[in-house]
Amino acid sequence: MTAKVTPTSTSASNAPGKPAGDGLRFYGVWLLGIAALIVLPMLFSSGGSLTSFSLIGIAIVFALSYNILLGQTGLLSFGHAVHYGLGGFAACHMMNAVVAHKWPIPLPFIPLFGGLGGLVFAIIIGWVMTKRAGTVFAMISLGIGELVASSSLILRSVFGGESGVTTDRTALPKMFGWSFGPQLQVYYLIAFWLVLSAIAMYALTRTPLGRISNAVRDNPERVQFIGYDPHVVRYLAFCFAGFFAGVAGGLAAINFEIANSAYLGAIQSGLVLFSTFIGGTAYFFGPILGAILVTYLQLGLTSVTSVWQLYFGIIFIGIVMFSPGGIAGLLMMHRPLVRAGTLRTVILSYLVAVVPTVALACGVILAIETVARFSGGETINLFGIGFKPQSPVTWIVALVLLVGGGFVARLSWGRIAEAWDRAATVARDRGYLA
Amino acid sequence: MSGAVSGKSAAIEVLAVEKRFGNVGIIRDLNLSVAQGERHAIIGPNGAGKSTTFNLISGHIKPTSGEVKLNGEVISGLQPFEINRRGLSRSFQVTNVFARMSVWENVRCAVLWATGHRYAFWKNVDSLPEVRERTAKILDDIHLTHRRDVPAGLLTYAEQRELEIGITIASGATVVMLDEPTAGMSNAETERAVALIRRLTEGKTLVIVEHDMSVVFGLADRISVLVYGHIIASGTPEEIRRDPKVKEAYLGEEAH
Repeated sequence: MTAKVTPTSTSASNAPGKPAGDGLRFYGVWLLGIAALIVLPMLFSSGGSLTSFSLIGIAIVFALSYNILLGQTGLLSFGHAVHYGLGGFAACHMMNAVVAHKWPIPLPFIPLFGGLGGLVFAIIIGWVMTKRAGTVFAMISLGIGELVASSSLILRSVFGGESGVTTDRTALPKMFGWSFGPQLQVYYLIAFWLVLSAIAMYALTRTPLGRISNAVRDNPERVQFIGYDPHVVRYLAFCFAGFFAGVAGGLAAINFEIANSAYLGAIQSGLVLFSTFIGGTAYFFGPILGAILVTYLQLGLTSVTSVWQLYFGIIFIGIVMFSPGGIAGLLMMHRPLVRAGTLRTVILSYLVAVVPTVALACGVILAIETVARFSGGETINLFGIGFKPQSPVTWIVALVLLVGGGFVARLSWGRIAEAWDRAATVARDRGYLA
Repeated sequence: MSGAVSGKSAAIEVLAVEKRFGNVGIIRDLNLSVAQGERHAIIGPNGAGKSTTFNLISGHIKPTSGEVKLNGEVISGLQPFEINRRGLSRSFQVTNVFARMSVWENVRCAVLWATGHRYAFWKNVDSLPEVRERTAKILDDIHLTHRRDVPAGLLTYAEQRELEIGITIASGATVVMLDEPTAGMSNAETERAVALIRRLTEGKTLVIVEHDMSVVFGLADRISVLVYGHIIASGTPEEIRRDPKVKEAYLGEEAH
């Protein structure tokens, strides 16, 4: 990344005396989101899509909680799944306790206990962890993550060893006559908590603490000279992130009716970092996009290829190299162009680039799959065309797509850059900041 | 105006402060007294320890020995934010703002602690009238109202220096320390900045490090000359101008 400065999403909306249309649009976006959550299962009512939506909802809460650390406070954690996992275990134990003691606590309240699980651990461990930011924090978070993940296999009475802790969500007291047996009811429970958590986390960005967190992210040294202890700021942000990660873990526990060591391991921690970064950390909605995309990719790719992690890696590297602002950053780059009305030429250059870029991508996929399936010999199915990994025809096609597609794609990307420069210059001249 | 203020304690008092990094003594037996409401300039050749002196007073680094007092209270050994909360605010020689946040956010963050909102996570930061008014006032003072929504990192250099001053005075601190506020500015910009500093520090104690001698002699009530970590002279601009030690150590070279 060059020394480019991106304003945070939240900094744009601070102004008192902005046109009332902004406020209307602001609430409009939220209401639209809520409406979409309500309507989605009616449009796609198959069991598979309900499961996907549920997983995406959980992933969004988790990624948003992670962005409190990464995007808002500038803390890179490699162990955020610890809070997610502990939230999951807390929720499972709570559900079992509710059933055992016949407490009058219905299922929709359980994620709160998941959140408390994540919060309590954050309160205990956070003070030491957040003493320093940067590499020190990242390394400690990695260590704590490994520590807790391995403990979960050793401390059997709490974590249930290899098999984990199971529970039965339908055994809890009913609420509004809902047993939460059907996936649809679980989906709505997750959607409810998603909305609640998202609003709470958004509100957090607009509090004095939220703004000082941004300041600590930008310049922890200077924060000390405006009266704030950056350690306290980081600690509080860490506790909030822990709480909402715990909520996500609690939702996962409800969804799967189990909590096990996989919840709090490095893979889970990596996945949330991945989602948040791909989505874009500079904007509140970035992690939402990232969580949706990554969960979909995960669900979709695992069923078509055995080397799906490789594709994840390629996507991740691509985003880091070419769009460090993530998808959200990429989208928001266009805002000044839209306002200045110079977007058209840029879009045209995109359209020109689509064909060679897709060809290049197909070449990459074909090459990877040929290598992956060479010994097994399974057919590669690309857009309905079958390719035999052992056939020289496949290799030649892959090579042609890679080299030819790559060559033309590079040319077309050059065109995009030119179109961009022109459009951005015009936009700047018209007074819209890039 | 005399250095030792009778009755009322000095705004800043540095008593026999020493700072060593390893075996190297950067600051030796530093004594400095700044009276309430005084504009005090610290001058000295490069590497004399002016910024280190600032860092020692503001808590950025801790003295190896000796004491620093703010309004009669010992502050050496305290954390920078604790010192800031006691009414001392400083700026930085190298621009040190919150680059990704807007100008408005930059100043507002500096207002939050002083208005008592601290780490509040239950208040909407946009609906705190006193914060908004104070932020708007400071933006107006530093002439950056028209740039309020621009990320601080995109401001021009001179604007960033002005924002730096704005952040420094935003808390309403009674003791303000400015580290080379006009460094790198053109003549016109310097003049503007000096007028700004004069106006914004009205009734406050000001300690300033500055290389531009016209700024120093125009602004300061008293001047201290720092050479090799030691103050060799302290007095009114007229006294400093006449002091033979100063002429020899500093102004003499500077005149060429």
